[in-house]
Amino acid sequence: MNTQHLTESKFDPNEAVVNEVCAAGEPWVKRVNKGQTFRIEDMEGNQAVDTLFFNANDALERYSATDTICSQNRLYLTTGSQLNSNFGNVMLTITADTCGRHDTLGGACAAESNTVRYALDKYPMHSCRDNFLHALAHESLCKKLGMSKRDLPSNINFFMNVPVNEAGQLEFVDGISAPGKYVEMQAEMDVIVLISNCPQLNNPCNAYNPTPIRLLIWD
Amino acid sequence: MKQKNTSLWEEDIPGGCHWSGIVRRGMTLRLTDIYGNANAAVLFYNREEKLERYNMADTLKSQHTFYLTKGHACHSDMGRIFCCITADSIGWSDTVCGLSDAELIRKKYGTARYQEHQNQMHRSGLDGMLIELGKWGLDRRDIVPNINFFSKVTADTNGELMFHADNRKAGDYIDLSFVMDTLVVLSAAPHPLDTAESYQPGAVNLALSVTPTDTATTCSNIAENSRGLENTQRFNACCGGEI
Repeated sequence: MNTQHLTESKFDPNEAVVNEVCAAGEPWVKRVNKGQTFRIEDMEGNQAVDTLFFNANDALERYSATDTICSQNRLYLTTGSQLNSNFGNVMLTITADTCGRHDTLGGACAAESNTVRYALDKYPMHSCRDNFLHALAHESLCKKLGMSKRDLPSNINFFMNVPVNEAGQLEFVDGISAPGKYVEMQAEMDVIVLISNCPQLNNPCNAYNPTPIRLLIWD
Repeated sequence: MKQKNTSLWEEDIPGGCHWSGIVRRGMTLRLTDIYGNANAAVLFYNREEKLERYNMADTLKSQHTFYLTKGHACHSDMGRIFCCITADSIGWSDTVCGLSDAELIRKKYGTARYQEHQNQMHRSGLDGMLIELGKWGLDRRDIVPNINFFSKVTADTNGELMFHADNRKAGDYIDLSFVMDTLVVLSAAPHPLDTAESYQPGAVNLALSVTPTDTATTCSNIAENSRGLENTQRFNACCGGEI
């Protein structure tokens, strides 16, 4: 755990231009322009927020977990982390973080991967990929960019705790987040944010109790 | 150890170069690090539906591992398994660091164009992948986190990464036993965190042979892999094939 580098924000929620709640288990899509600041708040604690970013003008450019990991030589995300695209550009920079560590290895849950990870009969359970695909089918911001499943790469899991040890073991463990913790990032280019507020009930990533999140944007 | 007598074909991919091809289920592809300095960046796609592709996250979380070795399976994003790692003399392959790109190669090793260097020119992992993917109608949208066979990268408790250049030795090999008809796309360009001071990616030998009976089930000791194999069998059964 990396709790010594918690950074609080100077922004006032009353001055935000967007202040919305995304209910448990639902998708959320919004445009964040270059220079704007975007906050995700874990309202009730231990809620994984599966998040992708796309260049607002061309979805071919998108968040890249491997570029982000490799360019910073570090697995976990926190204040100062640059979120890189598959073109090697910085899409956003994390500017505040009261949680301390976020995952970008664990990807998103899907009906299919749930059958592998838990049991074949878990297929009907709601999943993050269902949320992503629902958003691609309905959200005008996604439709305008002509996005499809092909455009879904490995994502960020804000507030999720997936520690790796030197022996190479990887586990999903109880979150280090708590009610009211937030992560904030400044956009370095115009981006589309695609979120699935994770509905996973089979592991501790949401403390077995998916809850709402708050999304704020400041100019 | 050497498979020469039993392989249907063999091919050397010089360092920096790239390759793609279909490997059918029931076949084993052996990758050999000929000189002890290779990185084999690899992506897998379902031959029948190339939208189904290797998934780093599902592979890692299904097996509670940060690296790949014998006994592990390479999972798709559709709950199926492309191949099982049925032999591995090196013990650790990275799958979180992605591909080197042209800018990274230029920054680390300088410029070496075809005009001056012909086939000794510098090539990047990303560009090699894009060329091979282009041959199959695929493009940048189809590039997801890949496997870097032969490259060991560890993380300390803060998540800081370390590349272990000395973990490879000449003759190291990894067997991939396929359970699904798979498009394999490979680049032998340097790993993005390779610590070598000059551009000297190693050559990779590819050798294809028939998988011995029961070998592919090596990975089914992991319960998640058994379920992945069952999903794969269902898929194969649907298209009329034998399991």
